[in-house]
Amino acid sequence: MDLLNNLFVNLYDWLAGALHALAAGLNLVKDAENAIVAAVMSLVVIVVLLLWLVLMVLVLIWLERKNAARIQDRVGPNRVGPFGLLQPVADTIKMFIKEDIVPTNADRLVHTLAPIVVAAPAVLAFAVIPWGKGMFPVDLNIGVLWVVAVGSIGTIGIFMAGYGSNNKYSLLGGMRAVAQMVSYEVPQVLTIVAIVLMTGSLSLNKIVDAQSGWGGMQWYIFAFPVGPIAFIVYYLSALAEVNRTPFDIPEGESEIVAGHHTEYSGMKWGLFYVGEYFNFFLVCTIAVTLFFGGWQGPLLPPYVWFLIKVYALILLGMWIRMTWPRFRVDQLMGFAWKTLVPIALVNIILAALATPILKAIGLI
Amino acid sequence: MPIDYLPILVMVVVVIAFAAIALTFSALTGPRRPNPSKLSPYESGMPPFGSARRRISIKYYLTAVLFILFDIEIIFFYPWAVLFRQLQLFGLIEMAVFVIVLLVGYVYIWKKGGFDWD
Repeated sequence: MDLLNNLFVNLYDWLAGALHALAAGLNLVKDAENAIVAAVMSLVVIVVLLLWLVLMVLVLIWLERKNAARIQDRVGPNRVGPFGLLQPVADTIKMFIKEDIVPTNADRLVHTLAPIVVAAPAVLAFAVIPWGKGMFPVDLNIGVLWVVAVGSIGTIGIFMAGYGSNNKYSLLGGMRAVAQMVSYEVPQVLTIVAIVLMTGSLSLNKIVDAQSGWGGMQWYIFAFPVGPIAFIVYYLSALAEVNRTPFDIPEGESEIVAGHHTEYSGMKWGLFYVGEYFNFFLVCTIAVTLFFGGWQGPLLPPYVWFLIKVYALILLGMWIRMTWPRFRVDQLMGFAWKTLVPIALVNIILAALATPILKAIGLI
Repeated sequence: MPIDYLPILVMVVVVIAFAAIALTFSALTGPRRPNPSKLSPYESGMPPFGSARRRISIKYYLTAVLFILFDIEIIFFYPWAVLFRQLQLFGLIEMAVFVIVLLVGYVYIWKKGGFDWD
């Protein structure tokens, strides 16, 4: 059991030890040896993380299509592999052999860079997530700020796509996307302040550790009344941030074709698609880390618990997407500025007042 | 310690390389048979007219200004939230004053119709 719990940590330590033994043969200064080992180890960790995320996205695409089919009383993909499990792989191959089209008069450089700017930052934000006990690619003491800062770069990529395509639908979609994403970023970032306040730290590891006691009752979701309010505001604005229905005005098919990625084909379009699922996965992992105790749980290994919680939130998001109609644009902006922002502001004050009391009765 | 941020640097390089390689590989494996109508911007099958880079509604500009205003104010919340335990009552009162000033501006924008889309 102990072996299984610490499987990845032990693997990491073993590999680092082996590298140190190898580097010792080079007779370098101690600092240089440490730096080389650290660089190689971070390279290994990041390649593993990237492959893992790509796998997760393939699973998510399959899950989303199967779920949509189940809710709409269809069968969904069932031809490629058992239960259609290999459908996303077939889609990937298809994307690679499609023609790459750049429309006439498009801003070629901006048009090509946009998918990279959308997909890359989403992966970077995963660097500080504690995936299990002792399993974090980078231990930053400003983890929350890093996630918030890097996660918002994608907005620029979406605007680049809208502007660079020389297409009216793209421009409209890009403008709408930026307006929506910056509007919902305000409540999203405000509501995290309440959690930071209760913990007194910006490190995601410390936030998870602070939720360890009382067999799960110290999770911030149970820190009544601050935690539940913060979670609802966070989850709603996160769904809007990743442009999923009911907040999918930027790419509303019935109005503006496909929004910012109307003029994209092949792997460029694929990167937008992958980036969207990276972001969705990201907001769910952050919600689990901040509100549901991260990797903590009984019996099963920590990383399994983390995935169970993340997938529970993902299924909730898919359910919302499949069953709710789209907002109107004025309702959408009004909801962010007139409803979520005041709730988040009041919640911060509430957190400041409630923290000493919650602390005294041991709920946090 | 700068060495703590080394993994971040490695990560930035790897991630950008991953995206760039995917795009390059796709450009190599896909066919390349352009023709004028395929390359024209999609406008639901009609021949495109005019430039796509036209003026846009002032509402978007206003939203951007609001975002910058609030984002800067949020930045002040973070150090306060981290140090809340040390600052005790003093911090609470200071922040209450800050939030009241923020709320006055917020109500002003609301009354002026800054949050209405139409």
